Amino acid sequence: MLQEVFAFLYQFGDAFAFLVLSAAGLAIIFGMMGIINLAHGEFIMCGAYVTVIMARLGLPLPLAILCGALAAGLAGILVERLIIHRLYHRPLDSIVATWGISLIVTQTVLILLGSTMPGIGTPLDSFSIGAFSYSEYRLVLMAVAVLLLIALYLLFNVTRFGLLARATIQKPQMAQALGVRTSRVYSLTFGLGAALAGLAGGLYAPTMTLVPTMGVTFIVESFVTVVVGGADVFLGTAPAAAVLALIKAVMTGWQGQLFGQIGLLVTVIIVIRILPRGISGWFLKERT
Amino acid sequence: MTCHFQRKAKGGAAILGGSLALSLLASASMAADPIRIGVLEDQSGEFAAATIQKVHGAQLAAEEINEAGGIMGRPVELVIYDPQSDNRRYQELMRRMLQRDNVDVVFAGFSSASREAVRPIVNQMDALYFYTNQYEGGVCDANVVATGAVPEQQFSTLVPWMMETYGKRVYTIAADYNFGQISAEWVRQIVEENGGEMVGEEFIPLGVSQFSQTIQNIQAAQPDVLMTLLVGTAQASFYEQAAAADLGIPMGSSVNVAQGYEHRRFDPPALEGMHVTANYIEEVDTPASRDFVARWRAMFPDEVYINQPGQNSYVGIHLYKAAVERAGSTEKAAVREAIQSGEVCVDAPEGQVCIDPKSQHASHTIYLVQVGADHEISIPKVWEGIEPYWLGEAGCDLTQRDHDAQYTPSSPPAQN
Repeated sequence: MLQEVFAFLYQFGDAFAFLVLSAAGLAIIFGMMGIINLAHGEFIMCGAYVTVIMARLGLPLPLAILCGALAAGLAGILVERLIIHRLYHRPLDSIVATWGISLIVTQTVLILLGSTMPGIGTPLDSFSIGAFSYSEYRLVLMAVAVLLLIALYLLFNVTRFGLLARATIQKPQMAQALGVRTSRVYSLTFGLGAALAGLAGGLYAPTMTLVPTMGVTFIVESFVTVVVGGADVFLGTAPAAAVLALIKAVMTGWQGQLFGQIGLLVTVIIVIRILPRGISGWFLKERT
Repeated sequence: MTCHFQRKAKGGAAILGGSLALSLLASASMAADPIRIGVLEDQSGEFAAATIQKVHGAQLAAEEINEAGGIMGRPVELVIYDPQSDNRRYQELMRRMLQRDNVDVVFAGFSSASREAVRPIVNQMDALYFYTNQYEGGVCDANVVATGAVPEQQFSTLVPWMMETYGKRVYTIAADYNFGQISAEWVRQIVEENGGEMVGEEFIPLGVSQFSQTIQNIQAAQPDVLMTLLVGTAQASFYEQAAAADLGIPMGSSVNVAQGYEHRRFDPPALEGMHVTANYIEEVDTPASRDFVARWRAMFPDEVYINQPGQNSYVGIHLYKAAVERAGSTEKAAVREAIQSGEVCVDAPEGQVCIDPKSQHASHTIYLVQVGADHEISIPKVWEGIEPYWLGEAGCDLTQRDHDAQYTPSSPPAQN
C-alpha cells in the first residue's frame, strides 16, 4: 500500500515539476507583459544546449545549468531590445514575430551544430521502493520546481525590482511619470522569463535527446498550464500545474501516455469554457 | 508550359522518344541526357538525425555510378528536396517532383506516415517510387518498390530469440501511428505463436518526451522482455530516463541504434541491454562493409554515423540501376518487368540484396545487434538472405495483379 502511495506521489511530483518548470518563463512573459511568446521552446533549447556544452567542457552540472539559464536570459534581453519592445499592445503581431524567431533559431542551430548532439548522462543514482525503482535526479527536479515558485514569489513581492515590475505592468504611464525606467523593466522581465525557460532546458537536458527542435516537446504542456492558470504566476501557474499534474498522473497511470495528453487537452477546453481568464482570473475576481 | 503538358500527356514513350531525339541531336559531342532521380528525405525537423544519411547515401551512390560511366551511358542527376519531417511538405514536394521536375523515379520518406502521405500522389501520377526504409510491412503496390527490412525479417528473428534468451513475458511500447500499431500487432502475433504472453502494451503519441509513468507501468507488469518501437528524437528520451530509473529489462527493437544511433548519442549505460535486428549498421565487420564505410567517410568526413537508412538509400539507388540496366529503359513498365524476372540483385555492404517479384520487397541479411554496458556493439547472430515472404504468401502477387494497398496480419489481401 505504502509503495503505491509513494509511486503515485512521485508521478504527481514529476508531472508537477515538468509543468511548473516549462511554464514559469512563459507565464511571466505572457501573464505580466501580454506577449504570446511562441519562441519559448527555443529559449528552452538554448538553455539545454549551453548546459550540455558547458558540462562537456568540464563545468560541474549545477554551474552548467546556471550558465544555460543565463545565456537564455541574455538572449531574451537581446530579443526584447531588438524586436519585442516594438510590439507591446500588439499581441497578434507578437505571435507572428516570435514564431518567426523560433523558426530562424531552430534552423540556425541545425545548420551550425547539426541535427543532434551527444547527451550527458543523468546524474545521481536510482533508488527502489517495493517493486518500483526511481531516478533520484527527478526528486531534484521536483525540489527545484518548488524552490523556484518560492523564489519568484519573493522576487516579485519583497524586492525593489518586483515592486517596479508590478507597477510598470499595472500602470505603465504612471510608473514612468514617477521616474521608473519602464523600458528597462520590460527588458529585465522578458529576460527573466527567457532565463526561466533556459533553466528548464538546462534541468531537463541530461534526461533528453538534444536536437534543435527539442523545445517543441515542452510547448504543449507549458501553454496548457498558462492557459489554465491565467495571467498570475502564483495564483495561476502553481495551482494549474498542481491540478494538471494530478489529472496527468491519474490518466497516464490508468491508460498510458495518450490518455494523459487527452486529459490535459480536455481540461483546457473545460477551463476555458467556464473560467475564460483561467484559475487566477477566478481567484482575483473572488477577491475584489 | 504547353510543351511540358504535351510531354506529360503522351506519357513515358514520348519522354523516351524525346530524350532519344535529344541525344541524337546532341550526337557524340555532348553527354547523354541524365537520368533524374528525385530524393525526398528529411534534412531537418523531428527525424533529421536519422535521415540526413539517406541524402548522403544517395549522393555517394550517384557519384559512384557517374564515375563508372552512369546507367546505360547516361549520367545520374539527383533532385533533392527537404520535406522537413512534415507530411504536408512531402505531398507538395512529391507533386512538384513528378509534375515539374519530371524525375524518372523518386526515393522518398522515413516514417510510414510520410510514405502513406505520398503514396496516393505516386499512384495518381503513375510514377515509380522506391521506399528504402525499414517499416511495418504490408505495402503491396504496383508503383512501390520497398527495399527496407520488414517484420518477417526483423521480428520473426528477434522476438523468438529474445523470448528464448530472456523469457516469455513481453511488454511493448510503440509510437502511436501506423508504424507502431502494425509493428506491435506483429510482435503480439509472434509472441503468442511462440507460447509467450503479452503482459502490456502502450502506444505513445509522437513528440512525448517524459516517461516516468510509462516506466512505472512497465515495472508493475514485470516483463522479461521490453519491445520498444519508439520513433523520433523526442521518444528516444525514454532510454536515458529508463536507465536513470534503473529499469534494467532487456530491450528489443526494430528501429533503435540502426536508425537513431542512440548508442552513440546517449551516455552509457542508457542503451545497455538493447537488441536490434538490422540489415545494416556501421559496425558490421565484413570486407564489403569496411570498404563501404571508408568510401562514405572519404566523401562525408564529418558523418556522425553511417546508419541503416543511409545504407538502404545507397543500396536502393544501385538496385534501381540494376533494374534499369536489365530493362534497358527507365520506363516504369519495363523496370517492373525487369524486377519480375526475380534477378534484380546487388552486392550491398550488408550482403546480397534481391528484389522479390511478387511483393517488390527486398531480401536482406539480418544482423542481431546487441548493445553492451559501455555501448559497445556485438553481433551474436546473423541470418543471411531472408526473403520478404509474408506478402507473397498472404496473396499479394504484383506479377499477376496490380494492388495499391497496405495489408496487415489481421487484414491480409483478399484471396482470389
